[in-house]
Amino acid sequence: MIVDQIENGIVLDHIKAGYSMLIYNYLGLNDLDCTVAIIKNVKSSKMGKKDIIKIDSLIDINFDILGYIDANITVNVIRDGKLVKKQKLELPETLINVIKCKNPRCITSTEQELDQRFILTDKNEKTYRCAFCETASDSLKI
Amino acid sequence: MRHVLDITDLSVSEIEELINVAQDIIANPDDYREVCKHKKLATLFFEPSTRTRLSFEAAMLDLGGNVLGFSSANSSSSAKGESVADTVQTVSYYADIIAMRHPKEGAPLAASYVSNAPIINAGDGGHCHPTQTLTDLLTIYREKGHLSNMTIGFCGDLKFGRTVHSLVSALSRYEGFKFVFISPSELMMPSYVKANVLDKNGLSYIETESLTDVMPELDILYMTRVQGERFFNEEDYIRLRDKYILSPDKLINAKEDLAILHPLPRVNEIARSIDKDPRACYFKQVQNGKFIRMALIMKLLGLSK
Ligand SMILES: [Zn+2]
Repeated sequence: MIVDQIENGIVLDHIKAGYSMLIYNYLGLNDLDCTVAIIKNVKSSKMGKKDIIKIDSLIDINFDILGYIDANITVNVIRDGKLVKKQKLELPETLINVIKCKNPRCITSTEQELDQRFILTDKNEKTYRCAFCETASDSLKI
Repeated sequence: MRHVLDITDLSVSEIEELINVAQDIIANPDDYREVCKHKKLATLFFEPSTRTRLSFEAAMLDLGGNVLGFSSANSSSSAKGESVADTVQTVSYYADIIAMRHPKEGAPLAASYVSNAPIINAGDGGHCHPTQTLTDLLTIYREKGHLSNMTIGFCGDLKFGRTVHSLVSALSRYEGFKFVFISPSELMMPSYVKANVLDKNGLSYIETESLTDVMPELDILYMTRVQGERFFNEEDYIRLRDKYILSPDKLINAKEDLAILHPLPRVNEIARSIDKDPRACYFKQVQNGKFIRMALIMKLLGLSK
């Protein structure tokens, strides 16, 4: 499969094999009207096997969510059949409404209108802590 | 708007400044009698804590200010289901400064997003209680004359003791502190505090189950209460609580100038007979608590004598 099958859209490449559905759900791709293709277990020289997601529309991607799930994913933006941008991802410093605090004593457990706000406190360990109660989130290891 | 929600919201030099002001208040109380004239402190206590609330109110009254507020969620609008944010925003139109206590962790941060007045966190669940830590720092400073190069022992419930975690992280910013953690294995210092505060800053610490073994080394002994509600059964509680009681015989090998601290209230972890020992500093802590709160209120209101 090659990238230029899409005229205008986004290709998420180098997804670790098996994680495409997780990303599909986190990004809410189910809610889109356009064509979305999930290609699993593509042979890769770098990774052995990988997944790819192709989105047939230039939607706004939440790069924070993607960076949080796996900063090694490449985001290719395709315009008029050409690759116009290769977006590199980073672990975001803050996550807003991506993950939920699991501490039952946290204020966010009773006041639903508050944003679920998490802050990166350890880059190497990929530790995020709730901005309110400082409880660490369960780490998403990929 | 400047709020103090966590002890680390204050820099080391700001804490030094607060300690200096508190010392001056102690030396010249009359100079401060009208500093907060016509200012109002709201004490919003969504859960009762008479001790802390009275300390804040006494602090404001001694500065010539006024106080208003509530002392439990039953008597506040939150009993009718109002959010913390709405309650605090409303009060912040009446008061110049707010001291709030709430059982939910992070409630003061949520309140700070909407408040028109500075907020002081007077305790949010097991999370933070910065004015207790300021009180502890002032007490150590007054007893020792400095905040450096000491061995401090923490004894009792180190797992859930937020005052301990907070004081350890505050002291980690000063030079030459050695930490000794004395607790039953069930209530040891959590690994994330050790990793994020002590290991990260390359600080040395010892963990032990025996108070008497380490007693001769200590310059400061910080006792804590082993709380019944932390345990699933009464038996465990009684066994652990009684293991770490400070009695006169345990002080035989202690230094002459040891300072014994305790955030209070105590159950029985310090024998009453020690109260008369000159090394007992926990009631001095109570007094220091008012003075450092006076200094903090003045700072957040931008006032000086
Ligand atoms: Zn939380």
